[in-house]
Amino acid sequence: MTATFPARALRALALAIAAGAAGLALADDDENKRLNINHPEYRSECGSCHIAFPPALLGADSWRAMMAGLDKHFGSDASLDAETSAVITKFLVANAARRDSAGSDGRPLLRISDTRWFRKEHRDGHDGITPGIFRSEAVKSAANCAACHRNAAAGDFSERDIRIPKNGARS
Amino acid sequence: MQSHSLRMFLAGAALLASGFASAETPADFLSRYQTEARQSAPGFSASAERGEKFFTATHGGEWSCSTCHTKNPAARGKHASTGKAIEPMAPAANPERLASTRAVEKWFGRNCKDVLGRTCTPAEKADVVAWLMNSPR
Ligand code: HEC
Ligand code: HEC
Ligand code: HEC
Repeated sequence: MTATFPARALRALALAIAAGAAGLALADDDENKRLNINHPEYRSECGSCHIAFPPALLGADSWRAMMAGLDKHFGSDASLDAETSAVITKFLVANAARRDSAGSDGRPLLRISDTRWFRKEHRDGHDGITPGIFRSEAVKSAANCAACHRNAAAGDFSERDIRIPKNGARS
Repeated sequence: MQSHSLRMFLAGAALLASGFASAETPADFLSRYQTEARQSAPGFSASAERGEKFFTATHGGEWSCSTCHTKNPAARGKHASTGKAIEPMAPAANPERLASTRAVEKWFGRNCKDVLGRTCTPAEKADVVAWLMNSPR
């Protein structure tokens, strides 16, 4: 409690472990943050209502759970025929994060925006993220990656392409 | 004069074949849904006016078809919960529309459940298609 240095070192270590646990191969010095979404069927089927999210941002169990419940997908019917669903599940699982993304109850998380990695990377005050920005008129939802990551639809999350809309602003 | 059963057979064969063909025209969908609707209502004839009403009204839930697709088939829409842009629905404004059974059936299936809590009837689909086809670019 009294010694600040070990506390900070511990925090840094804890963060490193958390990042490792998320299984993300994202080094901070890496300029290009291109994540693989390179699969035509995945991009067209899972990129029609929102951007095609990078498979690397959730664990394999999460993707399997999501693909098993597409008829009730976050309040929308996103059901697919069995054949297409199997092809897409294969792609997602093969490119998933190395570690599972589970919630505190041990069940697989279905939202990238609920993972510990995401919350840390997008915490208030970090690189221009202001409280309430995700609920603002311009962003609406943390799932709306493209509101800030201008090339998210291409799987590109590089820092230089981030533009945070003004809080509450319309765009 | 073609016999009724031959026409039914041809319609059925077209339905089957369409699962494999990729290039279809909006008129194909109109006649297919109309044929299906006539099985229970022989005098049925698709109406663009009814289609517009159906498309722009809510049906007991929060959303209408227009919530995401706008009231103008030639305009770009926006997904109600994600904000993602949706290209125009009218074939005259967007040649990719009403061109593939797979896409059309998939989206009627999903969107009708989201908006009506049930599947759309062939008559409803015929009316909507008639309205979308009627729209100028
Ligand atoms: C019919 C529309 C539709 C289709 C098709 C669709 N989704 Fe979604 N998806 C949604 C909606 C709506 C949300 C919730 C968005 C929000 O809360 O802002 C969502 C959210 C998600 C999220 C959570 C985002 C987050 O981190 O908050 C993931 C992951 C996801 N979808 C994956 C997929 C995959 C994989 C497919 C393809 C099998 C797919 N979606 C197809 C509508 C759809
Ligand atoms: C409100 C704006 C905003 C939204 C919405 C948003 N992000 Fe971010 N994102 C940021 C900011 C700011 C950073 C921090 C960049 C940095 O590390 O300097 C970031 C970082 C990242 C990084 C790490 C990039 C790096 O350089 O290390 C990834 C990957 C990422 N976001 C993915 C997503 C995904 C996937 C979504 C949607 C599910 C999303 N983001 C939604 C603003 C946003
Ligand atoms: C929550 C948003 C939403 C609502 C509500 C909605 N749709 Fe859609 N619809 C979509 C999306 C997203 C697509 C796929 C867009 C694309 O292909 O780019 C789509 C595609 C379609 C297509 C496919 C056309 C083609 O040939 O590609 C049809 C038909 C359709 N919708 C009809 C309807 C009808 C009828 C209703 C009302 C019962 C409705 N939609 C309500 C989001 C919605």
